[in-house]
Amino acid sequence: MSALNPISHGGLSKPALSFNPITPLIFAALIASYFLFPNHLALATQILVLMIFALSYDLLQGHAGIVSLGHAVFLGLGAYGSAILARWGFTDPLFGLMAGASISALVALVLSPIVVRGSDFTRLLVTLGVASLIHEAANRMRDLTGGADGLADFEVAPLLGLFAFDFEGRTAFLYALIVFAFVYAALWRVTTSPFGLALRGIRENPRRMPAIGSPVARHLAVSYLLSGAIAGVGGALLAQTSRFASLDMLGFERSAEIVMVVTLGGTGHIAGVSIGAAAFGLVKDALSTVSPRYWQLGLGIVLMASVFLARGGIGGLIERFCRFGRRA
Amino acid sequence: MSSLVAVLVDGVAYGMLLFLSAVGLSVTLGLMRFINLAHGAFAMVGAYLAVVVVGAGLPFLLALPLVFVVVGIFGIAIERTAIRYLYRRSALEQVLFSIGLAFALGALANLIFGPQQQGILTPAWLTGRVALLGLEITSYRLFLIAMGAATAIALIYLFEHTLFGARIRAAVDNRRAAEGIGIQVERLFALTFGLGAALAGLGGALSVEMLGLDPAFALKYLTMLLMVVAIGGAGSIEGSLLAALGLGTVDALFKYLLPEAGGFVIFGLLVAVLLVKPAGLKGRVA
Repeated sequence: MSALNPISHGGLSKPALSFNPITPLIFAALIASYFLFPNHLALATQILVLMIFALSYDLLQGHAGIVSLGHAVFLGLGAYGSAILARWGFTDPLFGLMAGASISALVALVLSPIVVRGSDFTRLLVTLGVASLIHEAANRMRDLTGGADGLADFEVAPLLGLFAFDFEGRTAFLYALIVFAFVYAALWRVTTSPFGLALRGIRENPRRMPAIGSPVARHLAVSYLLSGAIAGVGGALLAQTSRFASLDMLGFERSAEIVMVVTLGGTGHIAGVSIGAAAFGLVKDALSTVSPRYWQLGLGIVLMASVFLARGGIGGLIERFCRFGRRA
Repeated sequence: MSSLVAVLVDGVAYGMLLFLSAVGLSVTLGLMRFINLAHGAFAMVGAYLAVVVVGAGLPFLLALPLVFVVVGIFGIAIERTAIRYLYRRSALEQVLFSIGLAFALGALANLIFGPQQQGILTPAWLTGRVALLGLEITSYRLFLIAMGAATAIALIYLFEHTLFGARIRAAVDNRRAAEGIGIQVERLFALTFGLGAALAGLGGALSVEMLGLDPAFALKYLTMLLMVVAIGGAGSIEGSLLAALGLGTVDALFKYLLPEAGGFVIFGLLVAVLLVKPAGLKGRVA
């Protein structure tokens, strides 16, 4: 990647990693939505899952510079993992989250040698190929996954044994919000750590990093593992809160969608990506109630335009705005 | 035994279809270094166009060159208006733009033609069966094999033995030097991209009969085409031919011998080949 690509750049010197004033605003808005839209908590919960998924992919693409067309695999594995375990009687939600994370992390570990090496092009193909493989596997193993019908016949125990999941989706929303907060904080911590800086260094110049003693392949593998695990958490959360796990959760369209979400949100910018995911989820819901056809058309046009217009995405806009505020 | 041979003929015909559609992608990916995920969408445009013009009464054999030319012009138009600005951008930006294009074209097809499957009327002499070496073979399969072989020969000749091919290779290897000796790289790239789109359109038009056509075609087909290019090695005509024939026959064989294995074998093959040869069978090492 050359210096000519501002989209893939947060830039090392920019304060994109600093704890900016947008973060409290995001959480304020999320908490406010609980009180303002009590009838739309199911949608809000889904959007929180999308935000978690987007953050997990951003670690990969925005920080480590690995592009993937198969990230939904980890979301799907987390969803199926927790759903299948719940069917077997392991209904504790927190256990399900752990299990979802572990299964996805395990698969990421197995795949990391293939993904870590190679150019952007081979990565895109390998991730796409592996994703198709896993999709096909899930489709075949009807007994385990329910095939094309998906899994819906599983219970989720009350959270911590205390808070049952209610019909209004209040518990589900608060649960998702807390998980999101954890993921947000963890990723903020990881990306500002020396490890996170090393990842950015690798993204900017993979040839120079080994020269300063950075174990490039291992760093990339760890980021892939971590990213997979967080996506697995998102998937488990999705299955638990929607009481459903299905093939489309690991399909190509989800993978393509998350690449767009992260890019529109502003790669490498945690707050920007979160806001981008929320906006995307809202717009998608609004448009697809009108017509899924118009949704796809609009999506395509926005994507094409974004490559030419929205450089840096929402995160870039935030940075510009903050800098403007500081100067004034 | 004879049914096994029939399965193999099936596989080769399917492989030729894949080759026809994928070779254009191999050229844009391998020679022009543009990650074109809208290639399947070009094939879809060709397929819908063929359905429409054949439905309007144009003979199938005349519809094919028409589709080739129209989708080629469409490809050139897209290249001139947008894609030429993206050659020097990152892989991610190329992916975003081309996926966006694929989504938009798919949605447009859905708006215009609706979500249902489309069929195409092929002439009687293509739907019949031909007795060959004691085997009954659908003549459409034979037609596909002949089309694929002719296209492969024409393309290898074009890229290896003509001035056009030499200029393309020169422009790819060293754009500045090529421009320095008076090669009009811009025009050359537009033409090449158009050729890739035209081939995709032709492949799409030919595939309606075997694979069916609906608005999801663009993305469904793309995976298969990318695999052909990945296994064959981007930029190599022979590689694409080898990979497409291999994929076609392996797919047909396993559907016949071991149906449960399904798509598995193909994707497993992809991962295996990329593990051993990351640049594909005949890829130029980037």
